[in-house]
Amino acid sequence: MITAKTIQTPKGAVEYLEGGSGPALVFLHGAGGITADSPFMAALAAKYHVYAPFLPGYGESEDNPDIRDMLDVTLHTYDVLDALGLHKPILVGHSLGGMIAAEMAAVAPNDIDRLCLIAAAGLWIDSHPVPDLFSLLPRELPAVLFHDAVAGAATMTRNVNMQDPAFLIPFLVRNARQLGMAGKLLFPIPERGLKDRIHRIKAKTVLVWGDSDRMVPAPYAQAFKAAIKGAELVSVPEAGHMVIVEQTTAVMAAIARLG
Amino acid sequence: MKFTWFNLMPWPDLPEDFREKHRSVWVDIDSNLYDPVRGHEVYNDYLDLLEYADTLGFDGVGINEHHQNGYGLMPSPNLMAAALTRRTSKAAIVVLGNSIALYNPPIRVAEEFAMLDVMSGGRLVAGFPVGTSMDTNFCYGQIPALTREKYAEAHDMIIRAWTEDKPFAFNGRYNKLRHVNIWPKTLQKPFPPIHIPGGGSVETYDFCIDNTYSYSYLSFSGYIRAKALLQGYWDQVAKRNAPDASPYRAGFAQTVFVAETDAEAERLYSGHAHYFYNRCLHVYAGFADAPGYRTVKTIQTGALNQYGRAEYPSLTWKDLVDGGYIIAGSPETVRQRFEELIKGLNVGNIFLLLHVGNMPKDLCMYSTKLFAEKVLPHLRNMWPEYKDDHRFWCSPLAERALPAPLGPTFAPNTPAEMVPAK
Repeated sequence: MITAKTIQTPKGAVEYLEGGSGPALVFLHGAGGITADSPFMAALAAKYHVYAPFLPGYGESEDNPDIRDMLDVTLHTYDVLDALGLHKPILVGHSLGGMIAAEMAAVAPNDIDRLCLIAAAGLWIDSHPVPDLFSLLPRELPAVLFHDAVAGAATMTRNVNMQDPAFLIPFLVRNARQLGMAGKLLFPIPERGLKDRIHRIKAKTVLVWGDSDRMVPAPYAQAFKAAIKGAELVSVPEAGHMVIVEQTTAVMAAIARLG
Repeated sequence: MKFTWFNLMPWPDLPEDFREKHRSVWVDIDSNLYDPVRGHEVYNDYLDLLEYADTLGFDGVGINEHHQNGYGLMPSPNLMAAALTRRTSKAAIVVLGNSIALYNPPIRVAEEFAMLDVMSGGRLVAGFPVGTSMDTNFCYGQIPALTREKYAEAHDMIIRAWTEDKPFAFNGRYNKLRHVNIWPKTLQKPFPPIHIPGGGSVETYDFCIDNTYSYSYLSFSGYIRAKALLQGYWDQVAKRNAPDASPYRAGFAQTVFVAETDAEAERLYSGHAHYFYNRCLHVYAGFADAPGYRTVKTIQTGALNQYGRAEYPSLTWKDLVDGGYIIAGSPETVRQRFEELIKGLNVGNIFLLLHVGNMPKDLCMYSTKLFAEKVLPHLRNMWPEYKDDHRFWCSPLAERALPAPLGPTFAPNTPAEMVPAK
């Protein structure tokens, strides 16, 4: 049972999803957000006491114009953990959330001891540029995000009717709030200096990557592995950037390696 | 009325199959389509046309800023404005404008506009656009959700740089300068009139009202479709209790073609209109509006972006004319439509897009001359009750220096005639 709750932080109200029991695990969502009914949330809750806070502008989390850059988001997320009363939870981040999780572990390496980065953003390799998420049209996204673009498109267009103005305007508002926030960290190049700090990470780290990730492709997995001492890489076949959707079981097994 | 002859400076040689073979005229346009030798000729022609407009008595000559754009060859409008200060003599030089969030530090704009104002003898009308998402976000890398905050800071810095009479420290979030002290300062006091190009952002309406700036809607879809947007502006002017609803608080850009008859206009110009609407406005929809660029408040008004739309290619000449995208025809037809436009939108500043797409110079001069001689005189005094409203237009020096003639008649004194400095 996943429930949505709200806590106060110095930078405004934060909505988070909570469920399950077991070791405390914090999941930081990607640029697309996360929903309470996602099978990945259910899988996490089956084994952990999971908390998934929404970034400002996502879900019911308040927009905050004072959160502008990587340091602001990193410290804000620590404030969220404090507000939740969590001490050294297992920290798991997907994509943008992976970038934030890596940053948290690098900035305060003694505060994070178990880290799972799934298809994490945050590094940049000139010979393998990450696609420009912000100029992709909705119809172009499935092929970039999923191993199986057809199935992915079906997942993404569930409950979506772009022709209906009653749907379209709230959709555009949500998109502007969410990707407006994500753009503070990802636009125009999803790199904010992590490469200069990543060596500070002390956590036991598992990296999870879909073999056919076309958003943050395989060379980035190698780059993270090379930069984080002792990091273990779990490559997942038949999965794209949305590996948490396409191969949930494999991702759960990888997280379990953190103990 | 103030009529500005405006040139977007389009590239005239986009291939016929541009729409089919290329995804966008903007941001990632194929650079192999640009030929600098042809470009040399094109810039020269376009400056000729702006100078020609000055000789015909247009109130202003206008230019703007775009980047990586096949229909707007002016990454730096200030370079064009500088060229115009020398070979125009009467018209306002309307730079609409500099995207101030893109200049680092933005006092560069304060300095260059001050230079232009002084060089032109006070003929500068300055524009401060936020900039399109294509230019600002996708070409110049500004973070969409922070663009407006950065713009606001740049604006504050520029106005202070123009108005404060002692050096000051500016501790901004995006700009930290210990000694702001621009030299030269503007000729017009406290600073040149400012026009703000906007596309329906409600925040921009308020910004114009609060600062007594003119709101310019630079649309390509014409005056009929602009009605709702400008009505939104005028409603806001009323709601905010602005002291007046002077039509000079607003400007509008309109594509226009003039010929002897309506039929002649279609024969002469339809190819150029189609070139513009089909090829020049072929913008990849993914570049039209980076998420976070427009505010939530603006999106909620339902104002959708004018770029990345699908309807342009299917428009016939008749659709373009009937839909008011373009005003075209005999001087009488054009005059009537402009009266509808001016009264309907309540605007005092008109930016005339008389050069369109791949129109050659001589044809553009023909259309321009007809407008100047047979249309413009009838529209001059549409707003007699506001004839003394000078807040939104430049105030040049009465006596201005002129370029010295070139050639054998221009010879310096001999050394013997010169007086040494003390």
